[in-house]
Amino acid sequence: MSNGNTALAEKYRNNFLQEVIANVEEGEWVRMCMQCGVCAGSCPLGNAWAHTPQEIFMMIRAGKREEVLTSDSMWMCTSCYNCIVRCPRKLPITHIMHGLAHYAERMGLAPKNQPTRKFALEFWKNLTKTGRVNETSLGVKLYFIDGFVSGIKKGLAALPLGLRMFKTKRLDPMAMISSSGCKGKGDIHKILAKAKAIEDAKFQSKNA
Amino acid sequence: MGDVIATNQTILVVGGGISGISAAIEAAECGKQVILLEKSPSLGGRVSQLHKYFPKLCFPSCGIEINLRRIKANKNLRVITMAEVAKVTGDAGNYSVEVKIAPRFVNEKCTACGDCSNAVESEFDDEFNYGLKQRKGAYLVSNMAYPQRYVIDPRMIGSEDANKAKDACKVGAIDLQMQEESLTINVGAIIWATGWKPYDAKKIQPYGYDRFANVVTNVEFERMADAFGPTGGKILRPSDGKEAKNIAFIQCAGSRDENHLKHCSRICCMASLKQTTYVSEREGKSTVYYIDIRAIDRIDDFYQKVQADENVSFIKSKVANIIEDKDGNPILKGVDTEGYNRYENQHDLVVLATGMEPSIPADAFPMDIKINEEGFIEADESNGAIFAAGCSSDALDVNRAVQQATGAALRAIQVVNKVAGMEG
Ligand SMILES: Cc1cc2nc3c(=O)[nH]c(=O)nc-3n(C[C@H](O)[C@H](O)[C@H](O)COP(=O)(O)OP(=O)(O)OC[C@H]3O[C@@H](n4cnc5c(N)ncnc54)[C@H](O)[C@@H]3O)c2cc1C
Ligand code: SF4
Ligand code: SF4
Repeated sequence: MSNGNTALAEKYRNNFLQEVIANVEEGEWVRMCMQCGVCAGSCPLGNAWAHTPQEIFMMIRAGKREEVLTSDSMWMCTSCYNCIVRCPRKLPITHIMHGLAHYAERMGLAPKNQPTRKFALEFWKNLTKTGRVNETSLGVKLYFIDGFVSGIKKGLAALPLGLRMFKTKRLDPMAMISSSGCKGKGDIHKILAKAKAIEDAKFQSKNA
Repeated sequence: MGDVIATNQTILVVGGGISGISAAIEAAECGKQVILLEKSPSLGGRVSQLHKYFPKLCFPSCGIEINLRRIKANKNLRVITMAEVAKVTGDAGNYSVEVKIAPRFVNEKCTACGDCSNAVESEFDDEFNYGLKQRKGAYLVSNMAYPQRYVIDPRMIGSEDANKAKDACKVGAIDLQMQEESLTINVGAIIWATGWKPYDAKKIQPYGYDRFANVVTNVEFERMADAFGPTGGKILRPSDGKEAKNIAFIQCAGSRDENHLKHCSRICCMASLKQTTYVSEREGKSTVYYIDIRAIDRIDDFYQKVQADENVSFIKSKVANIIEDKDGNPILKGVDTEGYNRYENQHDLVVLATGMEPSIPADAFPMDIKINEEGFIEADESNGAIFAAGCSSDALDVNRAVQQATGAALRAIQVVNKVAGMEG
């Protein structure tokens, strides 16, 4: 993947905007931004990000490829859609944020320890393994995402909640070991493999 | 209503704002027969509701007065108020126009003494002041109203108050039996000058115009600054009547926005720059929040003058939303574009620079006419001899509206000249 990154960086040298337009989902909208600042001011998490959407769009135009793709900003988007409903130019901002995160991942530039990214990967692994999300094992993974000690601490803190969930049959510890998955698991794997092949081929032909 | 004589050499002008007045006068002074229809009880349109008037910052009353004098002096021009067009049929050079005239309940004997108004108690929202104050049920639209003739609000008819008004009138000008009238006139060309209306600020949800008392629109602000307005020219906060000293202007409120009006309303930047001078005159401070200031050609000098005023500051940012603190102060939230600084600024009062939309909705024209995506009339051959003037064709300032009205008058004159040539 990082080889792909070098090739693409070379191909679109000095024109990161073109690269985004060609490869990022909804990326063609970036050029419509008029830098009014409404999205930046509307994001409820705005002050927790390094760069607001407004800034990200300006950075794309300014060719700041490395800074954008390694940024943790687009991973912070919670899909609240506040920016989308207010943007006077109707940019699908939320979708562009996710598109950029996805592209950064493909380029191998996404920040490795960003929690949303880690969770997204875990979620995907969990889901695609059996065709069904195993909430127990996903939950446990999430607890231990920052390491063993922190996981135990968090687990103990949440023990009363866990017990109550157990009592009301909302938590099945057996699912940790025996997870049956859904029928036609094999087919799901084939579908996903095919989808990936199509996407990769499309990407390759666009950037050949 | 006396007889209205019109032929296919007559020019009909619909809408008695500055554009319609200008077109009508120009054509009448060229010797043409002109009928000017106005929907409200008085001529003048939205310009008469402005406090001052850019770029010279004079009062609009003097311009209107000159025009009224020209109207009174011209025997080719016939003005009919409270009149609307119901239907237009026919073609260029030969139109038949159905006109509906609403009852005023006051005839031409009225001397504008005001006795009827003093006699009644009923009050209604004052349209001239955008509902910021009440007016009596027997009223004169404004001091500058033309004709200088009182009106009885139809909602008062049948009440005790209506009789009080009638009894108070010494010259017998009040006729409570007046009915709506219809007439059909034959004309050769039509100038359509029905103007604009302010975009409905309630629709801009994050700015809370309908939730926060101290968020007003630019048209209301014109009235608030006017000596004959609801506050006698003092800029007072609607919530508590305190004088507003720290005023925010939000540009492009509902314009240049895919969720509202797509077009740039063109005059609201200038209107806000002008309104900062009202604030500075009263020793207040203005902050203008903008995407970019669109002050066109000669008007740029004006922008520079305002920029030099130390009581006016500019923040390049479209405000994201407004909240209100416990004292009713609006707090503006956003991020600026020069430095990406996050702000939460408290002000006494917020003025939304709302834009212009056509006064007639796209589906409500009484004739076939070509309109563009924004609802303004488009010049097109298929319109025959119906020509748009002023803000019914685009968002324009007075200067441009009047130029355009003169153009429309020339086109209409060409049509009726041709008719005359054929008949002569
Ligand atoms: C806040 C603000 C401040 C402004 N300040 C300035 C300024 O300082 N200087 C400047 O140059 N411009 C200014 N403008 C712009 C100015 O108001 C317009 O250019 C002007 O009003 C255009 O005149 P008009 O005759 O085309 O339309 P209008 O003024 O809207 O007149 C239209 C007339 O038609 C009548 N009418 C409507 N429908 C019908 C119907 N169906 N039948 C018959 N009659 C009808 C209306 O009652 C009205 O009298 C300002 C605008 C705003 C919003
Ligand atoms: S709200 Fe839309 S136009 Fe404004 S800065 Fe954000 S993306 Fe750009
Ligand atoms: S004139 Fe100014 S405030 Fe009005 S829509 Fe255009 S840019 Fe915005």
